[in-house]
Amino acid sequence: MPEALLQPDPAGIYCRAGSFHIDPWLAVHTAVLTHAHADHARLGSGVYYCAAPSEPLLRIRLGPGAVLKPIPYGEQFTLGDTRVSFHPAGHILGSAQVRVEAGPTGASEIWVASGDYKRDPDPTCAPFEVVPCDVFITEATFALPIYRWDPPQATASQMLDWWDQCAAQDKACVVFGYSLGKIQRVIAELLRAERARGREPRPMYLHGAAAALTEAYRSLGVELPPTQLMPDKTRRGIFGGSMTFAPPAAAGSLWMRRFGSDDKYQTAFASGWMTVRGVRRRGGYDRGFTLSDHADWPSLLQTIHQTRASRVLVTHGNIDSFVRYLRETGINAEPLRTAYGAEED
Amino acid sequence: MRLFADLYDRIDQTTSTNAKVQAIADYIAAAPPDDAAWAVFFLTGRRMRRLVPSADLSAVLADLSSLPGWIISECYSAVGDFAETIALVLGATGVLAPTPDDTPLHVWVEDRVESLRGLDPIDRRRLLTTWLTQCDARQTFLLVKLLTGELRVGVSSTLVTRALAQSAGIDADLVAHRLMGEWRPSAEFLARVLSPQTTEEDVARPYPFYLATPIDPTPEHLSDDAHVASILGDAADYLVEWKWDGIRAQLIRRGRTTAIWSRGEELLTDRFPEVIEAAARLPAGTVLDGEILAYKAGHPLAFGKLQKRIGRQNITARALAEAPVVFMAYDVLEHAGVDVRPQPLVERRRLLSTLVGGLNSSRLLISPLVEGTSWPQFARQRRASRERRVEGLMLKRLDSPYGVGRERGAWWKWKIDPYSIDAVLVYAQPGHGRRASLLTDYTFAVRDGDQLVPIAKAYSGLTLDEINKLDGWIRQNTLERFGPVRVVKPEHVFELHFEAMAPSTRHRSGIAFRFPRIARWRSDKLPADADTLADVRRLMASTGHTLEPTMFDDLDDQPAPSRDVPADPSGLNPRPGSTPRTDDDPPQATS
Repeated sequence: MPEALLQPDPAGIYCRAGSFHIDPWLAVHTAVLTHAHADHARLGSGVYYCAAPSEPLLRIRLGPGAVLKPIPYGEQFTLGDTRVSFHPAGHILGSAQVRVEAGPTGASEIWVASGDYKRDPDPTCAPFEVVPCDVFITEATFALPIYRWDPPQATASQMLDWWDQCAAQDKACVVFGYSLGKIQRVIAELLRAERARGREPRPMYLHGAAAALTEAYRSLGVELPPTQLMPDKTRRGIFGGSMTFAPPAAAGSLWMRRFGSDDKYQTAFASGWMTVRGVRRRGGYDRGFTLSDHADWPSLLQTIHQTRASRVLVTHGNIDSFVRYLRETGINAEPLRTAYGAEED
Repeated sequence: MRLFADLYDRIDQTTSTNAKVQAIADYIAAAPPDDAAWAVFFLTGRRMRRLVPSADLSAVLADLSSLPGWIISECYSAVGDFAETIALVLGATGVLAPTPDDTPLHVWVEDRVESLRGLDPIDRRRLLTTWLTQCDARQTFLLVKLLTGELRVGVSSTLVTRALAQSAGIDADLVAHRLMGEWRPSAEFLARVLSPQTTEEDVARPYPFYLATPIDPTPEHLSDDAHVASILGDAADYLVEWKWDGIRAQLIRRGRTTAIWSRGEELLTDRFPEVIEAAARLPAGTVLDGEILAYKAGHPLAFGKLQKRIGRQNITARALAEAPVVFMAYDVLEHAGVDVRPQPLVERRRLLSTLVGGLNSSRLLISPLVEGTSWPQFARQRRASRERRVEGLMLKRLDSPYGVGRERGAWWKWKIDPYSIDAVLVYAQPGHGRRASLLTDYTFAVRDGDQLVPIAKAYSGLTLDEINKLDGWIRQNTLERFGPVRVVKPEHVFELHFEAMAPSTRHRSGIAFRFPRIARWRSDKLPADADTLADVRRLMASTGHTLEPTMFDDLDDQPAPSRDVPADPSGLNPRPGSTPRTDDDPPQATS
């Protein structure tokens, strides 16, 4: 049997024919990145190929010394004996599926490593593009038939209702979400939801961890509502009626003291994990809003079907049961073990 | 059911008790009275008899979703709640109605759910299929909760009582009293609950129980007596009784009828004929508070004996002889038809002596006072609790009126220190409810030669940080999986506490524990330092409980495993069985 075009090695998903790794978790000479989240974009590799819109984000993540090779979506480039291209994955700004083609034109083999992806509309990034292929590598973060996302604007509208209720009681709202991708998407959705109600967005504060990344989004032309950086030192309890966005790590930290006693603010978490009530309650947030940057159950099945792949490799999350389910429904699926985090959404 | 679903969400979305009370009051004002009566029924923790086996719901779910059973089981493991699993799976597979119907709650309960009674499985499943496709996710969730008799809402009866009192502008005590006991929800019932007029019926029910506050464990630098003195002050202000390990109950004698109500508001009258017979000699208009105990030759028997009596449908002569029962009275709530709860305890005790002492009954006893005048003396007596088969001491202020619920300050329970062993974590599985998808149900083992023998399951006692840390470790160190149960590397040692132990034929180790819980994570110990089965047997022998096996067979005071959970390889989950609440709630989770 010929060697698989892409296969896991100790450093990542390796392509021997092209002599590169996709999203390596160790330092390698050539890295091809699907997106700028920390578990996919790690320091130390020689060269990083990436989709053009993710360059400013990767620059923040990987530092000024990293060698980045941004390539526009859809443009094919050659690595070793392979032809590689990036296609929008709809996960966050600049996220890409990596299409790898090897062999003579007409009789070539095509693999697509989708990285993390979603199919829901997202005003902050290009929509997922279906890329027909022979082998499709899919994530499985939410691969259980309990996950189906509400339309994002419906969720944003619930968030506005919550904000209105809190504002009526002069309470602050603090929304926790991943600082790259999630926070920018939430504020963009809120902007649209406010406009749908004929209102302009109210002041929003950003935790420092999200500030530079949010500016990078703006620099790439993503329309976001005006935001203010939360100052380091503030008086306590002066945030009634405002909404603040912070990474989950800020929950329960000293940073939260600025909002005053716990009757002065409410917290929420925006994540696909908030689907399950027990998870929502265990997290100790007042509210949980189901807003995910990953594919839900129906989208995973739809996408696998649309790629017309004859083989599906499952990585990242609920691997075993998704493989079993796909096999039982007649799809040639196998697990692909990687070291990406599944919890962040 | 839309209004009720909105109420459920409002309660679910806040931790503020005032906000919950307001949500309930708003609902009562907005909902039709028939619906509101049912809402009060469910909010106060009452349940309908289960009319639908889980198997029916699982079958309908598999059918509607076209999913294999194993993946539905995995969904259940991730969600931790059967009703929520059904709602989410039907949502994710696109079965639920985009615009749900809005049938009122009482119609759902009275006309639909109750119509399932006596139907054969095929008709039952057909009806379920129709209903589930008419609902949205929230309604599906609530409907399944109603069908399975598992609807729990995050409010205490006290909050519901407050909301009703607030709506009606009447005293919360009166509302609490009217809500006691058994009633059929209806608009008329709700009107009576909210009525400003008091009636005969108001006194034909038990009173709300007054609950004691636990004394925290003694800090290391203090003696037991100094610790209690620092919280309670002068011992001379207190009346001291034994803390019995039985079922807290009120014995009610009114007119020519006698009733026994448990603290769980269950009517237990027919379970204890010997007590009912003895109570017939009490004057009409008497209500006593006390403890039902299995009791022989001047000593209480282990709780398991009593539990067996409750579980029995017909009380045979043999059962009566094997576990004779007494009512150990310690308070009078009503005398000659008058509510005497506001009188000081010392007065009520005097009444008790007159009422019960005069009967000279062997079934109706007065809980004796523990002799002593100072905390050191009481502390000494408390140390002898185990020999007396009591759980410690009750400390009650002599001047205390009989309160409602767990009002802090006048009544205290000073329990003996629990037993303790060091055991090794061997299995873990996801918890339920708010701990779903987190591995929080642990099985622990002790050493037996080279083997580890599973000995107890425990759910509570760790901090949220520890739970999260352990969860991560378990995921990295799973050796094998059986359904949701993970076999983990035997590496971590935990100190377990429990209240009692007894031989058992139904546990693999041959030993059953009462109230096992985690006291602390002994990261300073290795599995080789854990206790052995021989150590545990020796500890059991030292308790002096030379009981025949099967004594505690129904005795693990653990949440019974749901029928929807796959079989448990640890062999530690006993049969589900209902037990009336004793005075102590099982230890609560810390998270």
